[in-house]
Formats: sequence, C-alpha cells, structure tokens
Amino acid sequence: MKILVCISNVPDTTAKINFTSDNKEFVSAGVTYIINPYDEIALARALELTEGTGGTVTVINVGDATTEPTIRKALAIGAADAVRINAVPRDAYFVSKQIAEYVKQNPFDMILCGRESSDYNGTSVPMMVAEMLGIPSVSSTKKLTVDGSSATIEREIEGGKEIISVPMPFVAGASEGMSEPKIPNMRGIMSARTKPLKVVEAVPVPELAKVVSFDKPVQRSSVKLISPDDAGKLWEMLRDEKKVI
Amino acid sequence: MAQDRFQSHDYYLMDELLTEEHKLIRSSVRDWVKKEVSPVVEEACQKATFPKQWIKGLAEIGGFGPYIPEEYGGGGLDQVSYGLIMQELERGDSGLRSTASVQSSLVMYPIYTYGSEEQRKKYLPKLASGEWMGCFGLTEPDHGSNPGGMLSNIKDKGDHFLLNGSKMWISNAPFADVAVVWAKDEQGIIRGMVLERGMKGFTTPETHGKWSLRASATGELVFDNVKVPKENIFPNVKGLKGPLGCLNSARYGIAWGAIGAALDCYDSALRYAKERVQFGKPIASFQLTQKKLAEMITEITKAQLLTWRLGVLKNENRATPAQISMAKRNNVNMALQVAREARQIHGGMGITGEYPIMRHMMNLESVITYEGTHDIHLLITGMDVTGINAFE
Repeated sequence: MKILVCISNVPDTTAKINFTSDNKEFVSAGVTYIINPYDEIALARALELTEGTGGTVTVINVGDATTEPTIRKALAIGAADAVRINAVPRDAYFVSKQIAEYVKQNPFDMILCGRESSDYNGTSVPMMVAEMLGIPSVSSTKKLTVDGSSATIEREIEGGKEIISVPMPFVAGASEGMSEPKIPNMRGIMSARTKPLKVVEAVPVPELAKVVSFDKPVQRSSVKLISPDDAGKLWEMLRDEKKVI
Repeated sequence: MAQDRFQSHDYYLMDELLTEEHKLIRSSVRDWVKKEVSPVVEEACQKATFPKQWIKGLAEIGGFGPYIPEEYGGGGLDQVSYGLIMQELERGDSGLRSTASVQSSLVMYPIYTYGSEEQRKKYLPKLASGEWMGCFGLTEPDHGSNPGGMLSNIKDKGDHFLLNGSKMWISNAPFADVAVVWAKDEQGIIRGMVLERGMKGFTTPETHGKWSLRASATGELVFDNVKVPKENIFPNVKGLKGPLGCLNSARYGIAWGAIGAALDCYDSALRYAKERVQFGKPIASFQLTQKKLAEMITEITKAQLLTWRLGVLKNENRATPAQISMAKRNNVNMALQVAREARQIHGGMGITGEYPIMRHMMNLESVITYEGTHDIHLLITGMDVTGINAFE
C-alpha cells in the first residue's frame, strides 16, 4: 500500500502573527515553522497503516526551499521519501492542482491530508485534490481502517458520528482522534539525512483568487469591574456609555 | 505540576548558529519532555522515585551516548547536539539530565575511549538502548574534591583482581546493571574497570532523605573482596586523567543543562509576572520585577553564547578542561541565581509544586557541587591563568 501524506509548512501555533504595513502579507521573520498539526495526525496514521506491511509513506509539500526543515522532520518521523513541489503556495486551488498533477503521474492507494491547515484554515485542499483526480474524498476523519481494497472511515457529524466505506484510492482529511502525532526519535532524525527528497517544478495554474488584505481580530478592551455594592452603576453604564438599554 | 507552557527564549538569535538538524533534535527532546516528563516529574520528586518508564524514552530520543559512533549503538552526533539534548532534559529536571549524563559521559564515554574492542561491543549497544543502565564510581566518603586520595584498591590475584573499598553519591547506583569504577592498583596507580551487578561482594545501597535530585536514584557502591576479571579492566588508560576525561565530557553537558533549568525558571517567572496583578496592575510593570527579569535574560543569553562557542571548540577537539570548568561553574551558578530570583517573582506560589521553580532550585544545589564544586572550578581557572596550583 502506497500512501501520500500532504504536509503544510505553517507558523508555530504560539507564533506572534503580524502583517506587512499594507496588510497584504504575513511577516514571517522570526517565526518558527512546523508541520501543520492536523497533517502530523495524518502522517502518524499513515505510518501505523503501513507498519510491518511493506507499505510506504511519501510526504508531499508545495513550497520553496525554506520548507525543507519541515519536510525533513516528516522524514525523521518515519516517511520513506518526500516530494517538494518547488513553488510558494498561492492559494488552495494552486496547491491542490500541484498535488493532483503529481498524483496523476505517480498514483497512490490513499492520500491523507490534515482536515485543514492551522495558518489560513482553508479546509478545501483535500476535497479539491479528490475532485481533480475524480476519486472520493472524506473530511474530518476521526478513524480510518483498511479492509483489502477499501477503507472504513468514521466521521464526526453534528450530534454523532457517521461510518462510511470508500474504495481506494481516496482522499481523507485527518481530524483529532485519528492518531497521535509522533515525536521523531534519534534513529529517525539520523536516517532522515539520507532519505530521498525529490524537487519537482510546479505546473502553471491560473490565479483564480487574490488576497486583498488581512485584518487581525479587534483587541478586546479592558474589563471594568464594578463593586457588588454598586450594582446600579452597571445599569447606568449600559444605558449611558454603551447605549444598549 | 500545572500544564507545561514552556516556550524557549533566544534573545540573541542564537538559533541562527545552529543547523536545522540541531533544531530538530532540540524540538524532539523538548516535545518528549513535555509529553512524558512534565506530567509526572512533580509527583516523582515529591515521592522521591525515579520513573523507570523514562529509560526507554531517553534511549529513543538519543539521551544515551548521542556522540558515541553509530557502530556501537550511539547517535554519532556532534557535541552541540549532545549539549542541546542535555539542555532540554534539564529543562524538565536536573535529575533526568543526571541520569542521561551519567549513562553517556561517565559510563559510555570511558568504555568507548579507554575500553577494549570487546568491552565496547559488549556494553555500548546495550547502554545506548537503555537495556542496561550504568553508574560511575569515583567519589568516596572521604575523597570528593580530592579523588586522587581514593582508598578503593585492587590487588592482582593472577587470573583476576580483588577489589575493596566504597564509593558515595553515585547517581543511578541503585538500579545500575554496570558500574564504571576507579580504584588504585598495588603501585598506587588509578585504574578503571567495569563491574556488573551480581558480582559477589558488590552491593549498591540507596541513599535516602535527599532534598535535591529527588527524581534521580542515588546510592553507594560497596566492594567487599569483589573478584574483577582482568578483561574488565580498561586497557587504554592509567592515572587520574582517566576519570577526569569522563568528567570533562559530563561537565560540558552540565553547562548546557543548567541553561535548560534557567530557561524554565525565567519562562515561568516572565509569564507569572505578566499575569499576576497587584496594586491594580501586573507585577511585571514594577521596576524591581523588571530588574529581576532583565538580569535573568541577560545572564541566560551570555551563558547561551558561551556554551555554544564551547560546543564548537569541542567539535573541533580544541576545548580545554579549564574552558569547560569555566562554563560549568558560570552556568550552574547563573541557573541557581535565576531560580532564586524566579522564586521571588512567584511569591508564595514559587514554593509549591504548581511551578517548577523550587524543584529546579533544590536540584541546582546538587549540580553546583557535583562534578567539581563551584570553588574547585574557580581554582581551575585560577591555576589556568596564573600557572600556580592553589589546591594544596
């Protein structure tokens, strides 16, 4: 079984988020990048599914050379080889097209992604890749088991869960619970030095969407505390300052 | 302990001096510590037990012999990698780092450096995997800073040596499978050897009642007419330079480790100072708190740069014992001062197990004494710059 895991290179979840003065671009200086946490779950499950079966896990990333430390970490965790599509990821359509074009030339039994990336929270790459390849896609996957040439998948839905069966090949977006992210061990880090990392040039993709600007959430204003003995003041503030009553 | 919210601090962008692999090693060890150590270390210290489940994890993340060549089961990594591993382990707890230091620098290092090929093949792979744990016997009840005065001795009995004596303050002793022991031969020359648990006359009573390094097992080594096979003696070293070579490696790791403990204290103090409100504003807004925090990060930053440079020198095989002494002494003292200031910033909370401060502080009281005391390292620097020995 050959599994492809799509990994995004995203800012550490504790990174300070800032944009350029024209609010058009993220400021990456001084930011530590990591594997998108949902993608780490997908990678961990892929390794579990292939462990001891002779199957292989390949990771693919759309990014320039600065993403290679993140790719090496995926190799250290246990992926057998890696592919980097040499382009700065513009948007979900661009990324999906690159992955789909690669898979058309290099088929896999299963393509696992995180259910969304923690940077721009797009959520659309898994579905777009599946659509471009004409294969099933499943989002928010909580459990995934393989039975012969199909997989049984448990999805989280409002108020319960959904159990579905899909034939291979398919695309699934990993959610919490599918597996636990793995910490690279020393042997993994050492072997990652020599594992193959293939760089493939990007295919041309039309620009369908453009970011106009980014805005950070409005900062919460400070809390005003009112003494319990002075509860009437609250009513006055709501009426006179906030004018909500 | 409450949730481990640690974030590292790199005021002078020292990360730019590291390779991507260094950073991956560091983040992997940090992740392992957050997952496996932080949730249980407080209780382990309160109960004074060493969590044995750490051994397997320590082996997997490269805590045992990271710079020993791969053919003997080690990691084949450089000295900066070793330092970063020690830093992250001690960020978790000095006792945890001590266990790894002893295994790597005091047991695997001498077997690799002074041992025969048979000894290397027999012991190193099992020590690297954590299947066997080791300890190191140099200090004696009456000989600490003066190891050359040791009383432990071996007598040649033809096909074996007969070992008598005792060692004290030995990390890992209570559960160690093997012990690297130093004793004088009949000519008064210090020799090194490997003992195995089960040898008749060799016992390892545990030391109880410590207020420091409580999550690390400490004990004695007692030798009562222990028959040591001649093939267990290190063939490639004689004299005090044998154990001192091991200590150089361990002290180098401690210099890095102390930065980890200091970073943990500083990180906790910085967060606490910004969250704790008194007189209507965070205590971080008061000048006396800022003085403490500013001095902490200044000293940490100086130690980081000193130690990185020492690592580069060590990689080039140019680090002198005196340079290592300076870094060990400076960094452990720095960490202890940072812990004390951080304790003040935490107020009463600083003495509880909700925060790591008091645990680090108590641990560091051992670290500033073992592997060459604070004063002895000063005299090493003094001797190095004046050329005059002030020890005796």
